[in-house]
Amino acid sequence: MSARPAPEFGSLVEIAERVRSGTLSARAVLSQSLDRIRELEGDLHCFNAVTEQAAMEDADHIDHLVRSGADPGPLAGVPVALKDNLCTEGVPTTCSSKILEGWLPPYDATVVRRLRDAGAIAVGKTNLDEFAMGSSTENSAFGPTKNPWDTGRVPGGSSGGSAAAVAAGMVPLSFGSDTGGSIRQPAALCGIVGVKPTYGVVSRYGLIAFASSLDQIGPFATTVADAALGLEVIAGHDPMDSTSLDRPAPSVLATLGDGVEGLRIGIVEDFLSVGSDCRDAVVAAGEALSAAGAKVDQVAIPELLLGLPAYYVIAPAEASSNLSRYDGVRYGLRVDGPDVETMNARTRGEGFGPEVKRRIMMGTYALSAGYYDAYYGQAQKARTLVIRAFEAAYKNFDVLLTPTTPSVAFPFGSKVADPIEMYMCDLCSIPSSLAGHPAASVPFALSSEGLPIGIQVLAPALGESVMMRVAASLEKAAPRAARGPVTP
Amino acid sequence: MTGPERLITPEDVRHVARLARLALDDDEVARYAVQLSAILEAVDAVRRLDTADVPPTAHPFPVENVLRPDTEMPSLDREWVLAQAPVAESNRFRVPRIMGEAP
Repeated sequence: MSARPAPEFGSLVEIAERVRSGTLSARAVLSQSLDRIRELEGDLHCFNAVTEQAAMEDADHIDHLVRSGADPGPLAGVPVALKDNLCTEGVPTTCSSKILEGWLPPYDATVVRRLRDAGAIAVGKTNLDEFAMGSSTENSAFGPTKNPWDTGRVPGGSSGGSAAAVAAGMVPLSFGSDTGGSIRQPAALCGIVGVKPTYGVVSRYGLIAFASSLDQIGPFATTVADAALGLEVIAGHDPMDSTSLDRPAPSVLATLGDGVEGLRIGIVEDFLSVGSDCRDAVVAAGEALSAAGAKVDQVAIPELLLGLPAYYVIAPAEASSNLSRYDGVRYGLRVDGPDVETMNARTRGEGFGPEVKRRIMMGTYALSAGYYDAYYGQAQKARTLVIRAFEAAYKNFDVLLTPTTPSVAFPFGSKVADPIEMYMCDLCSIPSSLAGHPAASVPFALSSEGLPIGIQVLAPALGESVMMRVAASLEKAAPRAARGPVTP
Repeated sequence: MTGPERLITPEDVRHVARLARLALDDDEVARYAVQLSAILEAVDAVRRLDTADVPPTAHPFPVENVLRPDTEMPSLDREWVLAQAPVAESNRFRVPRIMGEAP
């Protein structure tokens, strides 16, 4: 263990304010980001592509706007990194898969568009487990990302590149997608804040689909306030996504400092059988919130344990349908064959990696004649039971607490041989995904080996405001050493 | 990792791979037979669940058909889109023969 504190960018509100007032140039902020990327990218491999030239032009444009008296927006000059499953017009978007290598999206994802409109500078596309399937980035076709806290360990996944880039101080803000924990788990393993919003709060237009009823985009940052600002910028209704909620997005920044006095907080008992360091951290988090004025109790919600098996039927089923579009016809790789069916099968056999094939197989099986009711149908009913159990719990509690992950960052190669063991990483994060609820991971403690431990705060649908208030209180109670950025 | 009961046979794997349009080699078929069996065992709690009177949930919130006014809007740039295809010809995606030779 040799992680040392790293130079910080300062708060996003501060950066943007200084850029907007002309006392700091967007170009200077970008230089700090690009220098840091140059210094560490060779060791960490956070990025599939760094778009240095375009970023410099964008920064100059922001500085020009400021000089001409225009306001570039609430993220003026803030360098951001984007998970490489978010479409960026004219910039390769690979999902870390060979099957999409070389593809140039003809449009920006809504999230990307909103970030640009808010004055943010996109510096590059970050590495992920292929098609966001995995918990370690070891499933990337381009090689894994390393954890800045210990480069012998995984950063978590699937949004591992976005998490590690913030944790290493390369960018102050990044974005990922979360289907069963792909933002929260890497945030926990990298000692930073990660937020999965309520389903429908952030548009999925231009997010390459994995499991459409579960996928949500959200921010990574080193502080709760920075993550809250990132969330506010990307949230809100979008006519381009038919599942986007047609109502005002929850406001989170304004209430961030309101504290937890009088809030009813439940520690989910059923997730306390995790590793002892993670369990101790949750208990300590409960004590800290109790000291801050919250009413903290333990609560048993055994139905949440149905989440993991239900998810590993539902998510692969949706994935097998979504990924049928990679057929060698319209984009990406084609491996030729004498007829269309052979061409399709060869293209997909060669273009997809082992985990993606495994999930397509699992999903196709669960949806196939004779097994649909036993697996997919049953999993959808289990999903109902998870949602009902949450509904009952939220009658007595405003938010719930769990460890974000069953264990801290693990060494490379330690779980790849056994898919089930890798799937277990999502144990605590999956239930909120199935329910469409928001959840955030906050760095709270260090393990005996000096690795970060995240606490997960769960809230009912559209409960982002109270969830982030609790997250901010936890952050206040946590030792500074438990969060990034760090220097590997 | 092999469970007490081998749920998925190599023949099952070949059948599912055909449905999913995935060309697999023999090693992959053997490996996926073992791994899919283990995954099915791990999700067995769901299969065994008593769900009498429990409705299924396909989506976290009710989804309704969303319509927009039928007005002309620019679509994706055709040249750009076709340039992304492995093979394009005469403003179309080109694919291998779909039907057999005429008798």
